[in-house]
Amino acid sequence: MARTFKEAAIAGIGATEFSKESGRTELQLAAECSLAACQDAGVDPRDIDGMITFTIDNSDEITLARCLGVKDLAYTARIPGGGAAAAATIFQAMALVNAGVCKNVLIWRAMNERSQYRFGQNPNNTAGYSGGHGTGTLLWNIPFGAMTPASWGALQAQRYMWKYGLTNADLAHVCVQQRKYAATNPKAWFYQKPITVEDHQASKWIMEPVLRLLDCCQESDGGVAFLVTSLERARDLKQPPVQILGACQSIPFNVEVIANFHHEDMTVMPEAQGTAKRLYEMTGLGPKDMQAAMLYDAFSPHVLLQLEAFGFCKPGEGAGFVKSGGMAIDGATPTNTHGGLAGEAYIHGMNSMAEGVRQIRGTSVNQVTKNTVNNVLVSSGMAGAILAKV
Amino acid sequence: MTTPTEAAPAAPAAPKPIRLAPIVTPDAKDFWEAADREEFIGEKCSDCDKFRFPPRPMCPFCHSLKREYVKLSGYGTVHSWTVPRHPPPFGFREAPIVAVIELQEGTRFVSNVVGVKIEDVKQNMEVEVLFEATMGNHKVPVFKPRTK
Repeated sequence: MARTFKEAAIAGIGATEFSKESGRTELQLAAECSLAACQDAGVDPRDIDGMITFTIDNSDEITLARCLGVKDLAYTARIPGGGAAAAATIFQAMALVNAGVCKNVLIWRAMNERSQYRFGQNPNNTAGYSGGHGTGTLLWNIPFGAMTPASWGALQAQRYMWKYGLTNADLAHVCVQQRKYAATNPKAWFYQKPITVEDHQASKWIMEPVLRLLDCCQESDGGVAFLVTSLERARDLKQPPVQILGACQSIPFNVEVIANFHHEDMTVMPEAQGTAKRLYEMTGLGPKDMQAAMLYDAFSPHVLLQLEAFGFCKPGEGAGFVKSGGMAIDGATPTNTHGGLAGEAYIHGMNSMAEGVRQIRGTSVNQVTKNTVNNVLVSSGMAGAILAKV
Repeated sequence: MTTPTEAAPAAPAAPKPIRLAPIVTPDAKDFWEAADREEFIGEKCSDCDKFRFPPRPMCPFCHSLKREYVKLSGYGTVHSWTVPRHPPPFGFREAPIVAVIELQEGTRFVSNVVGVKIEDVKQNMEVEVLFEATMGNHKVPVFKPRTK
């Protein structure tokens, strides 16, 4: 039968608990969250026919397929760029369903990124600095002591902060708001642990004078998975479908994950600007149509850069927007309502996208209620998606 | 990582370099070999004369494969900077100042600013290149406040 274009939807989400020591292998975490996503959707995991993850996920797709009993896999792919891959998995799954080549696409990301290895520490094996890992030019930084994502993120953010006269204290409001959300989210590592501006300012320097400890995302163990299918099929499954209204990647010239050192303007996030342009063109929607946003918060300044790139506020106004409550539950754009990667857990952006699904379903523990949530923007910088209520 | 191979220097012994050696990929070989000779070079297209960094076999502007390595002025400005405090980066006895240097030739290079106190680093301050030793008998370009 000829292929036909199909609308795509997220039918299921699944996750393990989020911890600092899972006590089991990454493959087991991957299998557990994948099964949970299928069960959430009401899809037999044996019927998965597409599998997508990050290049740096350590679990082998065939091995995971053998755990789940996948009968006949039609497509596999991995996406480069570290956490930038997060929303790109949704994009690929959408495209596969649109093209009619897959019916049940599983997306997973599972890692023991605290108990087994740590992204926040100096690398012990620089052989990892190879193509496809989002580290293409970062190997140039190693002899100079810039060897962690925080160091690259700080180098980028410092020029932005200098341009707009911001100091580290101006970043505190992002962190306080995200921890406020996490404090009421039982799944969050920092459940019932809100912070104040003073706590933020008392936390130790990671990258002076740009990032303190509380500006940084966590290191976490855990797994998150999604089951993507056609909208038509999703209507007959267990959960109300969450339509993938639009999704895209954007990697402008001279842009690199968290290190736009060679892009002409280091005071913007050109990849997020490109993602915004594509998403808004694709859907005919704009920032005012989003009732919530889930923005990749590896480090607090990048939340501001994305708020600006997606048009939730003007360039340079991110800090003021957040300070005046813009990302709060009753604000203009409730943002990272699960607590973000800093407050809930760092599952490489995937747990933030799951929160986007919950906001559309109306099942978030911090549900936006001042408006019906019809559209949620999810961004991992170099990729994004607009999720929509049907 | 490379193992230090230096012979014991004549007294008084300078502290052994602890800075990590550069990771030399095939496309970056010419750059790092020049650095070992204390030459700071840039890759330039032989057809359209534009500089590019990091080194690559093709010019992104005119797609020429012809390229040459030319000695750069060694002057630039501090475009962006930070001081890594935690974890303390490998290769330093004291926290370094890491900076994105905007070179006079228009390309940028991540390096260190040395010979200046942290409180005296200024945005856009003018700097000039010098070289510091690494483990494994290599040298890497770093920058200090411009003197001339």
